[in-house]
Amino acid sequence: MKHPYLPITDENRKEMLEFIGVDSIDAFFADIPQSLRFKGNLNLPEGMSQLELTRHMTEISSKNATTSDFIYFLGAGTYDHYIPATVDHVISRSELYTAYTPYQAEMSQGVLQSIYEYQSLICDLTGMEVSNASLYDGATAVPEAAIMACRSTRKGKVLISGGVHPEYIETLNTYAPGQDIEVITIPLKDGVTDLERLASEVDDDTAAVFVQSPNFFGLVEDMNSVGDMLGDKKTLFVAVVDPISLGVLKAPGEYNADVAIGEGQALGNPMYFGGPHLGFFATKEKYQRQIAGRVAGATVDGQGNRGFVLTLQTREQHIRRERATSNICSNEALNALAAATYLSTMGKEGIQEVAELNLRKAHYAQKAITRLDGFDAAFSGPFFKEFVVKTKLAPSEINKALLEHRIIGGLDLGRFYPEMQNHMLFCVTEKRTKQDIDYLAGRLEGLV
Amino acid sequence: MMRSEPIIYELSAPGRRGYSLPKCDVPEQDVKDLLPEAMLRERAPALPEVSEVDVVRHFTRLSQLNHGVDIDFYPLGSCTMKYNPKINEEVVRLPGLANIHPYQPEELSQGALQMMYELDQYLCEIGGVDKVSLQPAAGAHGELTGLYVIKAYHEDKGEGHRKMVIIPDSAHGTNPASAIMAGYKTVEVKSNEAGDVDIEALKAVLEKYDGEIAALMLTNPSTLGLFEQGIEEVASLVHKAGGLLYYDGANANAIMGISRPGDMGFDVVHFNLHKTFATPHGGGGPGSGPVGVKERLAPFLPVPVVEGKDGRFYLDYDRPKSVGRMKGYYGNFGVAVKAYAYIRTMGPDGLRQVSEDAVLNANYLMYRLKDHFERPYDRFCKHEFVLSGNIQKREADVRTLDIAKRLIDYGVHPPTVYFPLIVDECLMIEPTETEGKESIDNFAEAMLKIADEVKRDPEKLTSAPHTTVVGRLDETRAARQPDLRWTPAAGAEGE
Repeated sequence: MKHPYLPITDENRKEMLEFIGVDSIDAFFADIPQSLRFKGNLNLPEGMSQLELTRHMTEISSKNATTSDFIYFLGAGTYDHYIPATVDHVISRSELYTAYTPYQAEMSQGVLQSIYEYQSLICDLTGMEVSNASLYDGATAVPEAAIMACRSTRKGKVLISGGVHPEYIETLNTYAPGQDIEVITIPLKDGVTDLERLASEVDDDTAAVFVQSPNFFGLVEDMNSVGDMLGDKKTLFVAVVDPISLGVLKAPGEYNADVAIGEGQALGNPMYFGGPHLGFFATKEKYQRQIAGRVAGATVDGQGNRGFVLTLQTREQHIRRERATSNICSNEALNALAAATYLSTMGKEGIQEVAELNLRKAHYAQKAITRLDGFDAAFSGPFFKEFVVKTKLAPSEINKALLEHRIIGGLDLGRFYPEMQNHMLFCVTEKRTKQDIDYLAGRLEGLV
Repeated sequence: MMRSEPIIYELSAPGRRGYSLPKCDVPEQDVKDLLPEAMLRERAPALPEVSEVDVVRHFTRLSQLNHGVDIDFYPLGSCTMKYNPKINEEVVRLPGLANIHPYQPEELSQGALQMMYELDQYLCEIGGVDKVSLQPAAGAHGELTGLYVIKAYHEDKGEGHRKMVIIPDSAHGTNPASAIMAGYKTVEVKSNEAGDVDIEALKAVLEKYDGEIAALMLTNPSTLGLFEQGIEEVASLVHKAGGLLYYDGANANAIMGISRPGDMGFDVVHFNLHKTFATPHGGGGPGSGPVGVKERLAPFLPVPVVEGKDGRFYLDYDRPKSVGRMKGYYGNFGVAVKAYAYIRTMGPDGLRQVSEDAVLNANYLMYRLKDHFERPYDRFCKHEFVLSGNIQKREADVRTLDIAKRLIDYGVHPPTVYFPLIVDECLMIEPTETEGKESIDNFAEAMLKIADEVKRDPEKLTSAPHTTVVGRLDETRAARQPDLRWTPAAGAEGE
C-alpha cells in the first residue's frame, strides 16, 4: 500500500527481498507458530486521509467544553494559567521533541543542557539544592518521595496530611503495600493540618511527613512550624507545593523542608484533561544519590569544554535493575522543557507578578462570593489562589445553573469528602478578569 | 558552525523581562495584608532575567545541538524511533483537547471520553485483550500497574503468597525494577543459543519455586529482535504453575495485525504509545503505557476506567477490586490523542503494513551488515536485531562505544549499545518502517566504512566524535563531583 508515513515502495520491497534471498515477507514470520498467526484484518476503522482526520478530530473535540468558550473557576491541582507564546514554539522544535532520552550525550547537548537548566530553575524556585529531570506528575512524586525517605532513613512509616490532594494520597496508598510502607493520614482542623496531632504521631519509625501548601482547600499551611517541629529529627519533611505560589510564598528551602515536590503543569503546560503534566522533585544534596529518575550534570570534554551528561546513573533501572531506586525510565522531558521555557520567560519578576495577581484576584473573588447570601467562607485561614465556600444550595445545582452562563464553577468537594457536601472549591488565576469575577458573583447572586 | 550555548542564567541582565501580564484590575492590596508575613518568601527566586528574544534564541540554539528523528536516522533499539506525524501535533492542540479540565462535567467532556473509550477498544483488538486502562504514564509505569493487577488477582484468589516473578536475562532493566517496586522477588531465566527462553531452565525455576510463581514477564519479540518460538509452551508451563504472563509491549511494532499477545497466552499486556503508535518521545517523555488485560483481570485495573453505554461515556470509579489509582486523573491524555489519531490514520491495513515494513527494513539492514560484524543469532529478525562489536574489539581494540561515537560523525544517531546484557559489545539496531531504503543504505554504508576504518585508522574511532559541539565527556567526573545546577560560581568553571 502507499502511505505518506511509509517510504518503502513496492520496487524497494522487491529489491530488498532479493538482496536477502527470500521470495516474500512471510519468510521473516515463519518462526511464529501457525496457531498464533492473526487471521484476517484487525477490526479497526478504515484509515483516513489528513483532511478526514482533521474533520473527525475537530468534531470530537467540539463535544468538550474548553477555556475558549467557558470561564473556568475550576482548579484542584490542574490550572488554567497563562502560557507565554515562547513555550509552544520551543517545545515544537522538532530536534527536541523527536529525540529520546539523551543516551548519546555528544549529539544530545540540547536536551541535556535544557534538563540541567530545568533542574537549576526548579532549585531556585523551591530553594532546594538538587532536582531531578521530572517525574510523571504530582501524584506519583508522592510515593517516589515516600520510597526515598524510607530507604534513606531505614524506617517504614510515612505521615501524610489530609490536606494533600486526595488523588495523591490514593496514589501513595496504591504504591505503599508493595514497599511495606505504612501510611497514616493526619486529619485536618479548620481546613489545615492538625499540627498537635501530627506531632503526636511522629515516632522513631516515621520516615517522612508530607504536608501540602497551599493545601487542597487552597489554605496556606504553617510550614514553619512543621519545619521547626521536625528540626533535627531523622524524619524527612516533604513539602508538596504549587510552583506558582512560590512567587510569594515562603520556599520549601526557607522552612527547612528536606524534599519539595509537586505538580508542575502550571509552569507552561496546557491542562490536557489531566495529562501529560510533570512532577517536580527537589531535595537536599545529601539525598542526591537516593532520588528517582534521570539527572543531568555538567562536566567537561577532553579539551576542557563544558558539556552535559546524564549522571548518577547507578541509581537507575537500566544499570541497577532490581536494585534501582525506582523503575522510572521515560519521564516527562518535554513538559519539563515547557516548564524551563516558562520559568525563563517569566523570570525573577514575572513569577512574583503572576503569583501576586493570583493572590489578589482570588481574594477579590472570595469577598465577592462570600458577601452573598447562601455563600459563606468555609475557613478563615490565609489562602493563595483557591478557597472553599459553604453553600446553601447543592453545588451540583449551582454548577448546572452556571453552565447556562458559560461558567465552569468550582469543584464540588462532596465528590472527594462525604462530610463536605455543600462545599465548593473555587480557583482564580491571573487569566480571570475582574469582569469575569463580577459576572460569576452576579450569577450566583441570582440563584438564591 | 556549531557553537556552545551559554546557560540561560548567563544571559541574564537585571531589568530585562520576557513576559507581559495585564495590569491588576482588582484592588491592589498589599501582599502583607493578604498573607501573614511569616508565610512570605524571604528572598525572591533567583530566576534569570532575559528578554523574549533571548529565550527564543537560546532554546533554538540548544535545539541545533540535538539530534531528532526529524533530522536523520535514529535506530535506537527497543525505542522505536519512528517518524512522528505532524498532523497529530496539530490536532492535539485543538482547544477542545488541550484546554479541557479533568474535573469539568462529564457531559461537557464527552469527546475526550469517547476518544479514550475508542482507543481502549482499538488497543484491545490489536493486543487480543479485553479491557485497557490508559492511566499508566509510560512503559515502566505500565509494568508496575500490570504487576499490581497480578498481585491483586492472586490475593483475591487467596494466593497472595505468590512472591516470585520470572524475568529472562534479555529483559529491559525496567522489568526487574518494576517487580521489586511492586513487592516481588525476581528470578532470572536464561536464554538458549537460539535467543529464546531456555525451556529446561524455565522448568527448573518453576519446580524450584513451586507454588510461589506470580508471573513471568516477557518481551516478544525479545530485545534480541527474535520471536519467542516456544511461547506456547512457556505460556502453558507458567499457567500450569499458577502464574500469569506479562507482556512488555516495547517491541509491539513488529506484530501489529500479525500476531496478538493475548492469543499467545499473555494475560496482561502493556503498550508504549510513544513507540508503537508514533507519538513523539519528547527527549525522554511524555510517554504513555496503557495496560490491557484478559476479562478475569479486568476488575483489578486502576480506577477510573472509561465505560460507554448508549452513546454516552463516563468514568467508572465503582470498582471495589481495583488496585487503586496509579497517578493523577486518567493518564497522559494528550499522548493518547496522538496515538488515537495515528490508529485512525493507518487503519487495519496500514498498521499491518507498518509491522511488515519494520521487519523488512530490519532484516535488510541486518543482511547488509552481517558479513562485517559478528551476528550472535543466525535467524531472521523481527523489527530489530543485535550485532556484536567483538571482531572489532579483537582486531583493533576498538569498542562498540567507539563505533557508536564514530557513527555520530556520519550524521546518524547510534543504535542502543551494551544492551541486552547477554550479548558482548552489543549493538541493538531498530530502523523502523518510516525509513526509506536510501536511509537504510546510508546507514549500512556508514557502518561498512567504519568497519574499514577499524582496520586502517582505529584512532579515528577511539577519538570520535569529531563533528559535535563537544567531544566525549568525562562521565566519571560528572558522577564523582556532581554539578547538577547552575550557580554563579560554578558557571565560570570549564570555560
